[in-house]
Amino acid sequence: MKTAFAASVPGRTACLPAQPKKHAADMLPANLLRAKRPALPELGELDVVRHFTRLSRLNFGVDSNFYPLGSCTMKYNPKFTEQVAALPGFTRLHPLMAQLKGAGQYTQGALEVMWETERLLCEITGMRAFTLHPMAGAHGELTGAMLIAAYHKDKGNRKTKVICPDSAHGTNPASAALAGYEVVNIESKDGMVDPDALEAALDDDVAALMMTCPNTLGLFENHLPRIVEKLRAVDALLYYDGANLNAILGKMRVGDVGFDVVHLNLHKTFATPHGGGGPGAGPVGVSERLVPYLPISRVEKLHDGRYYLNYDHPKSIGFMAPFYGNFGVLLKAYAYILRLGGEGLERVSEYAVLNANYLRKRLEKVLEIPHDRICMHEFVASACNHAECGIRALDVAKALLDKGYHAPTIYFPLIVKECMMFEPTETESRQTLDEFADDLIAILESAAQNPDALHAAPVTTPVRRLDETAAARNMVLTDDA
Amino acid sequence: MPFIPHSPEEVREMLSVIGVQSIEDLFVDIPAEMRPRSFELPQGLSEMQVLAKMEEMAARNRTDVVSFLGGGFYSHHIPAAVDALVSRGEFYTAYTPYQPEASQGTLQAIFEYQTAVCRLLDMDCANASVYDGGSAIFEAMMMAVRATKRRKLVIDEAVSPIWRTMLASYTSNLSLDLVTVPQVDGKSDMAALKAAVDTGCAAVVVQNPNFFGVVEDFTDLFAHAKSQKAASVISVYPVMQSVLKTPGEMGADIAVAEGQSLGQPLSFGGPYLGIMTCTKDMVRQMPGRIVGRTNDIEGRTGYVLTLQAREQHIRRAKATSNICSNQALCALRTLVHLCLLGPEGLIRTAELSMERARYAMERLTAIAGVRPLNTAPFGNEFAVRLPIPAFEAVDRLTARGYVPGFPVGRYYAGMDDVLLVACTEKNSFEQVGILAEMLGGIL
Repeated sequence: MKTAFAASVPGRTACLPAQPKKHAADMLPANLLRAKRPALPELGELDVVRHFTRLSRLNFGVDSNFYPLGSCTMKYNPKFTEQVAALPGFTRLHPLMAQLKGAGQYTQGALEVMWETERLLCEITGMRAFTLHPMAGAHGELTGAMLIAAYHKDKGNRKTKVICPDSAHGTNPASAALAGYEVVNIESKDGMVDPDALEAALDDDVAALMMTCPNTLGLFENHLPRIVEKLRAVDALLYYDGANLNAILGKMRVGDVGFDVVHLNLHKTFATPHGGGGPGAGPVGVSERLVPYLPISRVEKLHDGRYYLNYDHPKSIGFMAPFYGNFGVLLKAYAYILRLGGEGLERVSEYAVLNANYLRKRLEKVLEIPHDRICMHEFVASACNHAECGIRALDVAKALLDKGYHAPTIYFPLIVKECMMFEPTETESRQTLDEFADDLIAILESAAQNPDALHAAPVTTPVRRLDETAAARNMVLTDDA
Repeated sequence: MPFIPHSPEEVREMLSVIGVQSIEDLFVDIPAEMRPRSFELPQGLSEMQVLAKMEEMAARNRTDVVSFLGGGFYSHHIPAAVDALVSRGEFYTAYTPYQPEASQGTLQAIFEYQTAVCRLLDMDCANASVYDGGSAIFEAMMMAVRATKRRKLVIDEAVSPIWRTMLASYTSNLSLDLVTVPQVDGKSDMAALKAAVDTGCAAVVVQNPNFFGVVEDFTDLFAHAKSQKAASVISVYPVMQSVLKTPGEMGADIAVAEGQSLGQPLSFGGPYLGIMTCTKDMVRQMPGRIVGRTNDIEGRTGYVLTLQAREQHIRRAKATSNICSNQALCALRTLVHLCLLGPEGLIRTAELSMERARYAMERLTAIAGVRPLNTAPFGNEFAVRLPIPAFEAVDRLTARGYVPGFPVGRYYAGMDDVLLVACTEKNSFEQVGILAEMLGGIL
């Protein structure tokens, strides 16, 4: 499809504001002005509408396709939360309105949303306090790692290392490194953190362990109580990567079992749209001992019931966001929690786990399931049993696209060969799961007879397999390159 | 059950396929002693009840005011087609384009976004965006630190304090040396900046227009930085960038921007996006997602995420950044907004905002006791000194439905009497006149 730039017609316009009385050259000296006007597309409104409508049709999304992308929790995003976030009383609110003298009074509704969201997240996770500022999951990880660093520094602990299991999301080690830590990798055993490997890596220099539970294999970490104990012994903290919180709502609270820091991906568990890669929101919850270090500002409540922003927390790690986080995203998550209530949230996990186990059972005869036990909200399978006919996980993924399904996550976690990670989510019906399973079984059965057909897949998508090597070599990153 | 399709009969059948009796059997791995001590959440509500509750909360935010608040975040008109197009489910409910064949819509849109912001900022390469304008400056500084292997960063105090406070937090564990060069009456101190940029300096960081609305030309400073082999980093206001001298023309190595003003509602602070662009030499230091054009096996044009060897899912602790996503939907809003305005529309938006700001400067400084903070050229925002504390003036007028601007003393010592006033095309000349009358009335 032509780009908007290639379709541009000089002089064509769409949404022009009124003609100004003065031009920039009348208002600023020439040396401060650009030589040429920016070469942005010149299109009519219908040109723009058609262009983006056509582009949208080249995408798979949850609204149009089953999207069992493991670890990413591509569940249905309720439409009413969009309506909530679009209320003019929220969208028109300037963030600096809350920073004028006495002007908290003009933003009481927004402050109450934040206060209430924090309280709800505390009750859901069992943490003592939350900050809503982190703007994405990885940003929450960075915030959490910085909170850990602030805690140890304040206590006079000389800690230099953070431990990450080999099954961890790649952002965990990257975030810990940005908080100034050396990252120690430990190998998993039977798909879980190995207490012996942890023991061997543990010394007084360890600041924290970053854990995902259920982990990225979709398995509950059975050694969790022992792990907590071991970390306490060296005054190390326990970080919970909340990417998979959607498996344990109402079944376990991370605060109750000994975690000190947790980040949540609101776009996963709390159904805010992923939007092609963002915006997300990554609130961070902490145990009592980390409360003093939370980012500023913090929403607080006066005796008379009014809310205000408190910046006076001298031990705080400071500012993680320009203002108060991705407020527009927080609104959607808050509305979702209100809609479901406690019972509805617990049901989310129950049915996410039910659907994952059902799909696992349906596929266990055609794919290898390396850890054959009850899984949580997702499971990892391996296509290595098809290697003899030359079929890889990538080929299976591409063949699924031809059937109109988004592929599962492939080649993650790194510790399973030819890995395929399925996360159906609670919002998919049994019929969808059955049709998907039937189609996937048919793909794998046909693979043995005709592997070349799979190597050629996909054939029905707008483009077929793309040359990524050439993309990296040629580096055509704009229409002008 | 909201958002769960199963009938009780289906649940029974599914459990029997799995080979368990009840849903609870699926949670056997979580022993009794690890179960929640409490899970006291409110009862669920109907869609109608949630909407009513949140409408009531929204009504307790005063958004019916006439506002001259800016400070880097501006209320510009957003054409209706932006929402109509961006809210399409195929964009909204997709994720990071891991399967490019099923994500060409998102990928081509990001490629076009990269092209648009490169043309606007006059730079070679862009990424798919980061969280916001502040994190974009941080990532730009880290690019310079990696490229130069130096640890000193020279930052103009006229760069927004909202972002400088973030930079201070983000760098607190990284053994970097942040040197802030004081502004003078809201202007950059070019001589002091030059003096601070030496052969130990990784980057100099400036903003145009700066926090006080002042428009500067940093060409000489950037040439000096180049002579010291330090990188030049500039943050710009993208609407004003349609008329102002470009980062490219000034010789910047990295140019970033808060993208809010291009199609994002203010929404009490987010979601926004950080626009990041750089010269070709710097692209391998760039963090985050980058889309490149290539061909499929039939020779058709297509788009993919590229240069992924920089990223954390491959490099883990050694990645260029921990950022693993972008503000894709905000970047799409930016692109659609730019396509609808076109060059002429964006320039008009800047000019309409500027002419209103000039009228406001003229009317406000005609009030006895009100004088400009400086006489430097400005864009759509400027600062004045009042005869009373600015906090008080803002407080009194806001109570009457006019927010006259932002009290700069909130962030700068010795500036309690300074008011920062922003105009956009949404402020009418008449409103500016009323503002002047009201301010004159309380002074």
